[in-house]
Amino acid sequence: MVPFSYTSVADPQAAVRRTSEGHGVEFIAGGTDMLQLLQEGVRAPLELVDINGIGFDDVSVAVDGVRIGAMARLADVADHPVIRERFPVVAEALHESASPQVRNMATVGGNLLQRTRCLYFRDVATPCNKRVPGSGCPAIEGQNRINAVLGGSPDCIAAYPGDLAVALIAADAELMVVGPKGERTVLVEKLHRQPGSTPHVEAVLEPGDLITAIWIPIAAGGRLSHYLRVRDRATFEWALASAAVSLGFEGTRVLEARVAAGGVGTTPWRLRAVEELLVGRDLDRALAHEAGERAADGARGYGGNDFKIPLLKKTVTRALMRVGGISPGEPA
Amino acid sequence: MNVPLKAIGQPVSRVDGPDKVQGHARYAAEFDQPDLMHAAMVLSTIPSGTITAIETKAARSAPGVHAVITHENAPRLPYAPMAKRPQVDAQGGDQLKVFQDPTIRFNGQPVAVVVAETLEQAVHAADLVRVSYEHADGHTTFDRARGRAPSRGNEKAGRPADTEIGDADAALKSAAVSIDANYVQAREHHNAIEPHATIAAWDGDHLTLHDKTQWPDNDRDEIAHVFGIKKENIHVVSPFVGGAFGSALRTWPHVTVAALAARVVQRPVRLELTRRQCYTSIGFRPHTEQRVALGAAADGTLTAIVQEAFGQTATYEEYAETTLDPARNTYACPNVRTRYRLIEMNTNSPCPMRSPGVATGMLALETAMDELAVALRMDPLELRLKNYADRDQHKNLPWSSKELRACYRVAAERFGWSERTPEPRSMRRNGHLIGYGMATAVYPSHRAKASAAATLLRDGTALIRTAGSDMGPGTYTSMTQVAAETLGLPVERVRIELGDTDMPYAPVHGGSITMASVGTAVQAACQALLDDLAGVVKASPDPRLAAFKAGTPEWRDGGLAGPGGVISFAELMEGLGFDRITAEGQSAPGNESKTHSSAAFGAVFAEVEVDPDFGTVRVPRIVGAYDIGRVVNPKTARSQCVGGMVQGVGMALLEQAEWDERFGRPMNGNLAEYVVPVCADIRSLDVTFVPGEDTIFNPLGVKGVAELGLSGVSAAIGNAVYHATGRRVREFPILPERLLMG
Ligand SMILES: Cc1cc2nc3c(=O)[nH]c(=O)nc-3n(C[C@H](O)[C@H](O)[C@H](O)COP(=O)(O)OP(=O)(O)OC[C@H]3O[C@@H](n4cnc5c(N)ncnc54)[C@H](O)[C@@H]3O)c2cc1C
Ligand code: SF4
Repeated sequence: MVPFSYTSVADPQAAVRRTSEGHGVEFIAGGTDMLQLLQEGVRAPLELVDINGIGFDDVSVAVDGVRIGAMARLADVADHPVIRERFPVVAEALHESASPQVRNMATVGGNLLQRTRCLYFRDVATPCNKRVPGSGCPAIEGQNRINAVLGGSPDCIAAYPGDLAVALIAADAELMVVGPKGERTVLVEKLHRQPGSTPHVEAVLEPGDLITAIWIPIAAGGRLSHYLRVRDRATFEWALASAAVSLGFEGTRVLEARVAAGGVGTTPWRLRAVEELLVGRDLDRALAHEAGERAADGARGYGGNDFKIPLLKKTVTRALMRVGGISPGEPA
Repeated sequence: MNVPLKAIGQPVSRVDGPDKVQGHARYAAEFDQPDLMHAAMVLSTIPSGTITAIETKAARSAPGVHAVITHENAPRLPYAPMAKRPQVDAQGGDQLKVFQDPTIRFNGQPVAVVVAETLEQAVHAADLVRVSYEHADGHTTFDRARGRAPSRGNEKAGRPADTEIGDADAALKSAAVSIDANYVQAREHHNAIEPHATIAAWDGDHLTLHDKTQWPDNDRDEIAHVFGIKKENIHVVSPFVGGAFGSALRTWPHVTVAALAARVVQRPVRLELTRRQCYTSIGFRPHTEQRVALGAAADGTLTAIVQEAFGQTATYEEYAETTLDPARNTYACPNVRTRYRLIEMNTNSPCPMRSPGVATGMLALETAMDELAVALRMDPLELRLKNYADRDQHKNLPWSSKELRACYRVAAERFGWSERTPEPRSMRRNGHLIGYGMATAVYPSHRAKASAAATLLRDGTALIRTAGSDMGPGTYTSMTQVAAETLGLPVERVRIELGDTDMPYAPVHGGSITMASVGTAVQAACQALLDDLAGVVKASPDPRLAAFKAGTPEWRDGGLAGPGGVISFAELMEGLGFDRITAEGQSAPGNESKTHSSAAFGAVFAEVEVDPDFGTVRVPRIVGAYDIGRVVNPKTARSQCVGGMVQGVGMALLEQAEWDERFGRPMNGNLAEYVVPVCADIRSLDVTFVPGEDTIFNPLGVKGVAELGLSGVSAAIGNAVYHATGRRVREFPILPERLLMG
């Protein structure tokens, strides 16, 4: 642990200024990921800027969509009646995330930017390209059961661990970002970057960029949606595989489809091939299976995580069936 | 005579509960004191080699730092050999000697310690220490070909390399039905809530240690030998232990590090392991691979048991387990062969973890029994009953008590075993595959020499003191009950003090021996106190006591009964003019272990629910019935069994160190990635104790419970998974991929 200074700010501009001007300055929100990383010596900021005082912590409903403040706590968003009714995929993704204690503390902004759970990233006794660029990637030939099967590069196969971002992609959400150059919006789908040869760069945000809110367009609320995750234990664990499904129907015919997967990709992973296959067809058990089969297109296993490929297909299939109200049938 | 108030057998709530929930119970790291300094260790990051350079300049000049201790500047420590290493230590090889040489024996070995004014300063400076190594070839793979027999020390400690009665291999060949399979059980870590911590303070050549330990008296002994000082000069204080499961049985190197650091800086020093350090600075349950082959006649009568185990151990120390004990005496069988081999690896030393050896051996044996039942087309419970062991055939002794038949019957009934349809995949519910499985539970009962002091105070309350520890099972409570019952006092009028080497000697708080050992010592001390008191009363000239002198004294209702009613302890003390009167009591194993074999028994039944697509397994129900002899406190005893069931869920389905062979390091050293069961994983747990007292084993009639609670649970769950899915997973934990792939 490197000594660092701590500043608390009261408005977004101050937060942006402090972070974009200084060297090694980072935001801290709920601190649930940051503190783990500080304690283990994975991150060593010189200054932490506490943004808990800037507001942006509520959910506001407008005619054309819902705005979730970046500082809103996971628990509050999960329990918000409009989120629960109109965007179950989001409520479900949050509701089963982490534990009640973590959900009371963690913010949605921080959730989107949580770092990978890759075992080597979190243990400073080993090399890791993401933590120390150029030091190597021991996960590729090591313990990688929780790592990604989609989007990996020869330099990094870390899985993006979070759930919320996956659900938000299925809800067409975008982020409000304030930065040194002013305000802009970023589609959640575009927030994270593939590792390529620079796995230490994870998001398209620049130093000083502050997420102030998540915007979910109302149109997504007209679709049926569901978030399904599979994990070793019943709760309090990141997903081995998850699926966020949001479908617009006319009768049983799929008019519009958003399908994304978590736990399996280096970023929250949009499954366009699955979406394309669904649109214009009647969703039944057979189609759910057919679509699920496409979920792992381009996937590659590294030994320990091979099982995520069949698991991903089955997770997507099951999530589609749930949205379509189709019983999975008796096990063979 | 003592007319007991019925304190024993009552579901008394934890007497230390209020202190614990209000934060008054102090744990090792919490004994703050003036001038306390903080230590942070630097651990090796390679598994095998030599330190070629260790750069400490930056650390030494970092703010707040008082000392950086490495092998280059550490005082040489005598590490005086002990006449006989205590049973809790590895019985072969030599313990790790901290900072005495540049050799690296495992990844995570302490190579330096920084002492600073604050914890943050110490941790920061520890990061600044740069260590260079010359790598050496080591062993980081579990390679059966390197298996070797345990050395003499372990042989003598009941971990023999080879045993045989009859001719098991021949019997196996000619058996009507047989199975032969290999089982793997992952390296597991204790992960008690309280991380290990030590506060060391020297006063001249006297040392006080506030330590997390399951055996204060041995802690003192070990450190006395390390520093070459008299054990009388060391005072170990450890009133509360926040869970240990065996990880605090022995004295680990970091305790020496703390004491050494305190000596160097001449101030009290606190050293607390981080969670990740707990994966290499203390022990773990060793990765074990086993072969079990069983042969039976067509009616299910066992004709052959062959069980072979390979366990991992460190290179510097030889740790071995009683993995094969269950093979030798759980079932009646004329031909039994066991073979035990150890594989040296560059790792920190393994150590006992709840139900050490036995849980591992039972996992393989009880899974194999299930496989045999399938091969025989026989009900798994029937198979167990068919081969019921009426004697300990290995020791050739009768059991001092055994109510296992009742356990099978009661648990099967409560579980609804008769509703099980034998065919795998034949039970379904809500799109899930349902499976029922069962296993036998057993854990040998031992006792050891113990002593306690009982004091009657002027106000008529009693104080019991013994150096033993309470790592959480409820020893404070059960000892209160034993004392209350023996003295004829209500439990509220008895106070217990534990965990301090100034108190009468007590054995290790482990192996489920505490009730039978310390409990009987407390009973003896209380009885001695009453006898002494009776003597004093008899000799007293006080006319008010005259009426109480005739015949055998009758102690009841908090005092001594006489013709005119009861004179309370307080009145007695007043009459005698005493402030306090103390008596000591001892207990020790007698001849019983020569004439009888003693063990606690149980039967465990589990229901699982398997998602056929995802391979995830949940456990809606576990039912256990146990024979633990006399139940001193059904509430805390139940907690032990329930806790064992939860740990069994972990062992069966979740827990494993993810070992990297290149680094020789468990990679998931934190509670987010080393997955243990959480509340949502646990649903109905049902515990019944079958009646029984074992007064052959000890005067209290108790047997042990803690270890027993874990025995058999994971096999019952694995067997249920087979029944649900038709797939026999022989590598534990049963992760989703092991059902999905493979
Ligand atoms: C045991 C455990 C289990 C968990 N399980 C799950 C799970 O199942 N699913 C899941 O999705 N998550 C899970 N989490 C992760 C948890 O949800 C995240 O740690 C949390 O949401 C992060 O939010 P925070 O406010 O605490 O972020 P912090 O830790 O404060 O910050 C995280 C990162 O985000 C940056 N940041 C924070 N806010 C902003 C902002 N407004 N703009 C720009 N940058 C910002 C910080 O600089 C930092 O880099 C788990 C966490 C724990 C500890
Ligand atoms: S996968 Fe990425 S995060 Fe993990 S070790 Fe490799 S580089 Fe580091």
